[in-house]
Amino acid sequence: MVNVIVCIKQVPDTAEVRINPETNTLIRDGVPSIINPYDMHAIEAGLQIRDNIGGRVTVITMGPPQAESALRDAISMGCDDAVLLTDRAFAGSDTLATSYTLSRAISKIGADIIICGKQAIDGDTAQVGPEIAEFLNIPHVSYVRKIEDIKADSIRVQRLMDESYDIVESSIPVLLTVVKELNEPRLPSLRGKIASKKAEIKKWTSSDIEADADRIGLRGSPTQVKNIFAPGPRKERKTLEGTVEQQVEALIQELRSLKCV
Amino acid sequence: MRIVVNADRCTGCETCVASCPFTAIVMTTSGKAFINEYCQICRACLSVCPEGAIIEVVEEGGQPPVSGRQPSACKGVWVFAEQRDGRVASIAYELLGIGRGLADERRAELSAVLFGAPESEALELIRWGADRVFISDDPGLEGFNDEPYSKMLSLLIEEHRPEIVLAGATPTGRSFIPRVAARLRTGLTADCTSLEIDSETGNLLQIRPAFGGNIMATILCPNSRPQMATVRPRVMKRGQYNKDRKGEIINVSGHGLSSRTRVIETIKEVSDLTVNLQEADIIVSGGRGLGGPEGFELLAELAEVLGGAIGASRAAVDEGWIPYCHQVGQTGKTVCPRLYIACGISGAVQHLVGMQSSDIIIAINKNPEAPIFNIATYGIVGDVYKVVPILIRKIREIKE
Ligand SMILES: Cc1cc2nc3c(=O)[nH]c(=O)nc-3n(C[C@H](O)[C@H](O)[C@H](O)COP(=O)(O)OP(=O)(O)OC[C@H]3O[C@@H](n4cnc5c(N)ncnc54)[C@H](O)[C@@H]3O)c2cc1C
Ligand SMILES: Nc1ncnc2c1ncn2[C@@H]1O[C@H](COP(=O)(O)O)[C@@H](O)[C@H]1O
Repeated sequence: MVNVIVCIKQVPDTAEVRINPETNTLIRDGVPSIINPYDMHAIEAGLQIRDNIGGRVTVITMGPPQAESALRDAISMGCDDAVLLTDRAFAGSDTLATSYTLSRAISKIGADIIICGKQAIDGDTAQVGPEIAEFLNIPHVSYVRKIEDIKADSIRVQRLMDESYDIVESSIPVLLTVVKELNEPRLPSLRGKIASKKAEIKKWTSSDIEADADRIGLRGSPTQVKNIFAPGPRKERKTLEGTVEQQVEALIQELRSLKCV
Repeated sequence: MRIVVNADRCTGCETCVASCPFTAIVMTTSGKAFINEYCQICRACLSVCPEGAIIEVVEEGGQPPVSGRQPSACKGVWVFAEQRDGRVASIAYELLGIGRGLADERRAELSAVLFGAPESEALELIRWGADRVFISDDPGLEGFNDEPYSKMLSLLIEEHRPEIVLAGATPTGRSFIPRVAARLRTGLTADCTSLEIDSETGNLLQIRPAFGGNIMATILCPNSRPQMATVRPRVMKRGQYNKDRKGEIINVSGHGLSSRTRVIETIKEVSDLTVNLQEADIIVSGGRGLGGPEGFELLAELAEVLGGAIGASRAAVDEGWIPYCHQVGQTGKTVCPRLYIACGISGAVQHLVGMQSSDIIIAINKNPEAPIFNIATYGIVGDVYKVVPILIRKIREIKE
């Protein structure tokens, strides 16, 4: 029996976000909200652990009230419980404040294994998982691509690095951040869909997790977004003319002058 | 500080909703815009409201201090010098390059921290610009385990109080540096592509891509120290190498660092093709347009005549034509070679973010509308299987 907590985030589908270079504002018309793709693999990992050795999977998210739909989606995949951390006081949280807030909720629920995605695709920071582990004073293993073995008080996983992977053993409780190679997320089942409609989602505010008011939201966030802008335009572009043979010839002349060949 | 909508002036036109990068603006049932918890105070919405209904309000108590060190007490720029098999990794030299500039501007020292490598490597760090190197060969730092790494670095930072701490946005840096930031309760900006000092305040301006590279953001950490950032590999230029440069080497010990994780074994990913993408000067990359694994044999031939490495789009990796370690892009590697040749790759943003800072980009694609042409320095509209063999033949001719 293990208690697994999966941290998920609802994000805009970033492939469709654009910036208008003239006004420096975002063009995000009709961009749908999804569960962060890495977190789908985190959910799947949690469900597989439960299905294999028994236990409960709780999904948690910190976000605005509409993030509830992400939790319901997770329940439809088979998660047992869901907690939404929502409070105006959480607004403006950076990764430090987010991890602190999530760590308070995790302490309240209690967990043996905590699973996060490697990173959230809106910010691509990949910081929340390791920061939660530090706040909980437990070990973590990043970029888990395979869970090899789980024992009562230890776990063995594969950690994906640049040009290699490590086999890492950790004591439990532990926090894992997962990459997409780990598994293929399942689709919601019919039973899951019914359960998700009926499920009661717990809603916790800062007082429910006894959070220190100086460590949450904007007050607890050392970093600030100063501004956002469009990526710089690409350097000069040259067109090649003629038949493919001629284009390749012209290209090679250019590459020679640039000393690439 | 908070951004709010003045409901009396809001006409419900929804212009602001689309302007928010954080999906923080929603329409309420009463037809007014409302800014929710996702708001990051980026101010993107302030200028778009035609009614001027979106305003910034200062809340009672003003901007509260967060914990961490007070700015005035901290001085110096530090870089974490990563090593692989006892040799300093190239990211460390890149960090010294940018770190030197920042330290000079702050009239401060540049220090490096090196774990698990010999003193000869510390000397190299000095020749590449460090004034001081903290070196530790504590047995607890053997193999990469997050807890001893973060504990040791945090202890050093608490003792010496640098103003700025930089590390590589590599798997190692991105895994343990967040623990250091949490321990010190300070801010951390991930994967920066540019760093500058704000001439007015002396704060570090940390610039990074967000939303899969669709927008850039400048991040500040004004009230706590150190200001911490991880820096994307292959973006910063190395500084000047000077073999006569002198500096101080300080040996530090960890007093029995413990770890609850243990690396049992490290397994190198094997591939027949040259993989070392992030170090490569030339990369030949293939996508779904290759149509099958045999396409990579053709690209390998081109890579060979050019002396380059092989990259791939995620679609090609997902098809199983080539191992994941070749993948370039948001969920693969970020590369910045002198020459990047994209063959049969459409140019999805998730791919572009991993290669768009390459010096020269050549795109070969049979669809003239493919977005890859928008960022290519040279584009050839044509079939990979026609173009690439000609390219190989002509380069061979030159070489002979
Ligand atoms: C969260 C997330 C993360 C992602 N991360 C990455 C990532 O890290 N890296 C990545 O690459 N992608 C990533 N993707 C996927 C990305 O969105 C695209 O799906 C992918 O890059 C497409 O690969 P492609 O260009 O090879 O294939 P396609 O988009 O299918 O393009 C194939 C191209 O080949 C051309 N073509 C076909 N036949 C020929 C021929 N004979 N000769 C010449 N041209 C030909 C076609 O015109 C077309 O333009 C990610 C997606 C998501 C949602
Ligand atoms: N607001 C949040 N609520 C719950 N989990 C989160 C939240 N933000 C981040 N996470 C988790 O932390 C991981 C890394 O996120 P990030 O550090 O933002 O890239 C995500 O994949 C989630 O598992």
